Amino acid sequence: MAHDEIRLTLNVWRQKSAGQAGKFESYQVTANTHMSFLEMLDVLNEQLNSQKKDPVAFEHDCREGICGACSLVINGRPHGPMQGTTTCQLHMRHFDDGDTIWIEPYRAKAFPVVKDLVVDRSAFDRIIQSGGYVSVNTGGTPDGNAIPIEQEVAAKGFNAAACIGCGACVAACPNASAMLFTSAKVTHLATMPQGHVEAQQRVLNMVSQMDGEGFGLCSNIGACEAECPKEISIENIAQMNREYIAAVFGSNRQAAK
Amino acid sequence: MRKLDSKVPPGPLAEKWVKYRSTMPLVAPNNKRRLDVIVVGTGLAGASAAATLGELGYNVSCFTFHDSPRRAHSIAAQGGINAAKNYRNDGDSVYRLFYDTIKGGDYRSREANVHRLAEASTDIIDQCVAQGVPFAREYGGELSTRSFGGVQVSRTFYARGQTGQQLLLGAYSALSRQISLGNVSMYNRHEMLDLVVVDGKARGIIARNLLNGKIERYAAHAVVLGTGGYGNVYYLSTNAMGCNVSAAWRAHRRGAYFANPCYCQIHPTCIPVSGDYQSKLTLMSESLRNDGRVWVPKEMAMVEKLRKGEVKPENVAEEDRDYYLERIYPAFGNLVPRDVASRAAKYVCDEGRGVGPTGLSVYLDFATNTMRYGRSVAISKGQPDASEAKIRQWGKEVVSAKYGNLFEMYEKITGENPYETPMRIYPAIHYTMGGLWVDYNLETTIPGLFALGECNFSDHGANRLGASALMQGLADGYFVIPYTIGTFLADEIRTPRISPEQAAFDQAENEVKDRIEKLLSIQGNRSVESFHRELGVDIMWEYCGMARNADGLKTAQQKVRKLRDEFWKNVFVPGAANEYNPELEKALRVADFFELAEVMIMDALDRKESCGGHFRDEYATSEGEAQRNDKEYAYVAAWEFKGPGQAELHKEELTFENVELKTRSYK
Repeated sequence: MAHDEIRLTLNVWRQKSAGQAGKFESYQVTANTHMSFLEMLDVLNEQLNSQKKDPVAFEHDCREGICGACSLVINGRPHGPMQGTTTCQLHMRHFDDGDTIWIEPYRAKAFPVVKDLVVDRSAFDRIIQSGGYVSVNTGGTPDGNAIPIEQEVAAKGFNAAACIGCGACVAACPNASAMLFTSAKVTHLATMPQGHVEAQQRVLNMVSQMDGEGFGLCSNIGACEAECPKEISIENIAQMNREYIAAVFGSNRQAAK
Repeated sequence: MRKLDSKVPPGPLAEKWVKYRSTMPLVAPNNKRRLDVIVVGTGLAGASAAATLGELGYNVSCFTFHDSPRRAHSIAAQGGINAAKNYRNDGDSVYRLFYDTIKGGDYRSREANVHRLAEASTDIIDQCVAQGVPFAREYGGELSTRSFGGVQVSRTFYARGQTGQQLLLGAYSALSRQISLGNVSMYNRHEMLDLVVVDGKARGIIARNLLNGKIERYAAHAVVLGTGGYGNVYYLSTNAMGCNVSAAWRAHRRGAYFANPCYCQIHPTCIPVSGDYQSKLTLMSESLRNDGRVWVPKEMAMVEKLRKGEVKPENVAEEDRDYYLERIYPAFGNLVPRDVASRAAKYVCDEGRGVGPTGLSVYLDFATNTMRYGRSVAISKGQPDASEAKIRQWGKEVVSAKYGNLFEMYEKITGENPYETPMRIYPAIHYTMGGLWVDYNLETTIPGLFALGECNFSDHGANRLGASALMQGLADGYFVIPYTIGTFLADEIRTPRISPEQAAFDQAENEVKDRIEKLLSIQGNRSVESFHRELGVDIMWEYCGMARNADGLKTAQQKVRKLRDEFWKNVFVPGAANEYNPELEKALRVADFFELAEVMIMDALDRKESCGGHFRDEYATSEGEAQRNDKEYAYVAAWEFKGPGQAELHKEELTFENVELKTRSYK
């Protein structure tokens, strides 16, 4: 494999702060196809640094697709064009010499811009704080094998719990809905037997908090699932709706099964 | 030299913790409400500590530089968490976990701390299960386990290749619950830039609000650090980009001793460096060594052919392959501890037998075990005569169920499909065993300052075993600090709320502001990134990495000093102090890495032996294995800050009452 160089035109959203208007700025960057997308932005920032200009602010941390810090809308798609891939795991071999790339922040009322490509996703924390847990204190818990859990149940719980809280689902949704994020946690905990006890109160509280944060409603478009870098299934939304209806109408736990 | 009191309680090893826990001073519930505790960091150690201290009734303030507590780098741990449950009936026990950890750490850790860790391990699993963590399960619904390096039992619990994520989300959920109950005040996007010490006790921190650059004061009766390790001093490591030593280093500058800084763990299975633009290295979980066989070609001729692309690695005949770990270490084979596996990879690459474009990688090959699994499936399906293609397909399905996400990650990064061709791997900096010196209570040499998890030095000696970092972080946070913090706070119940409006806070705040002003005023010609890269890759990895020697270390010392001088004269930090400014954040962290680097080198020079992750070329056996010197070096080296690049050594002698010191052998 040759270390192919590619020349790119980047149109990057620049915005000083939440209160000020932003606009696209155009930059020329020479990258190499083995770089990750964020390493390509590192090159841009080194370039800006050497010109004593303000580097582009973007969030990132683990750069291995698990912390959920990186975001970006790349050519109109959260985390870019590759299926099931975070921006940090997106590599430049998927781009061609001469490409123009548009890079924007997530756009949603509940995710105000901090600077450039950085947005405030603390609404997600508050949704979890409203009920995304099992109310168990440290210590005095039963033996780990006290409750056998079928492989399929554990796998279903895991699949929902794999959400990295990056917010791509919100950015992908025309309504800026947080239903996929919220439903993933509701489903994870409603699936594991340890979470059954509080399931009804949990879903009511989390949905109420989600609505209060200013996220939009779900209209079954499915862009969230399509863009989710962890491929969290939209079935979780269906399960959350069942849980919610069961909780509102005072039905019993049958709905979860 | 100060005598370091480890405060290990008396009595037989297995009874120390139980007895101590039952007799230590307690703080009554009504008094806990009047005591403030600051927890810095929200990884496994920090989040579990903040949540548990909040549950107990303390007033907790918790800080992270991330936008959310859930981003802490514990989230990236892949393989699993050890616990002495002995569910497999394969001979595991608390003592065996203790012994494996002491031996794996090359006899450089404190017996009592390690035994306590092994005791707590079983409670951790129960706790996490109760939180709803979706661990892997057997068909019967019981918890599943696998094996990790340096161990002959199967005691590692896991949640696919994302165990750290699931455990951290468990701790994050417990923390979120305490936030919602008002027991913990959470400060996201706040970075600790100094520790405040009042009358010899840790009483608060100075933090920078990263959104607006405001320098803020927070006071408390005690401060707990769970701020992780310092592997990013090497620039390229498996750490996240934001991992840094600053919180620990600032505490060190205020009087906390820094222990064993030269003990750095180099993980044998990482994706190799591909170019000089590279910003970080990605780990491929050690669990892969359960089924992956490590090899390089036997002969140089084959190496040449592979490099030219004339032969594909999957087509190299068995007799032309050197499965060197299986050859040299038959008893443990591919599952030798990390330090041993890393050095072996270095040796074969130094011989020239390394593969890949740079010659700095070895193969990790799943073909043998894919076929083995496939044949097992064929038999269970009643089709022992199935075609080879079919068997391979079934085998791939088994391998995919075990490591699917890791294989995908590898393919995303390298563009190569590891189901078809062997992975290429090379060692990289992964974890740091050294850290703030703590006693049995996890208290540093500053009264009222505690350090947990990777941030302290206490449990892993000179080398950490796989799946033990998660165990230690959660043991410290859930099951140790909630008790031991009482030994300090029981005497503080009459101390009124600490005021941040006092001289020590004024002074610390001014020093922080001056440092920031200084960095912004230099307006030089080199980016922070370029200094960091040179420090890490060109100096530390080169001279204080996988193998060290006195000449190289002395060279490194000169180079670090020179580069540090240049940094303070020629660094360019854009933007202003009072705004969101990631370059300024980086500059503050790199400035601290420069000072840490010098102490690491000093420590590596002082330790004239090879042990665990610290390998000195001068101290090796004729077979190239590490040669410890227990007579002179069975001590913890605890360094006291005496100015940038200067430190005084204090020693804590390690006494082994329960384990006989032996040369580690995995042969």
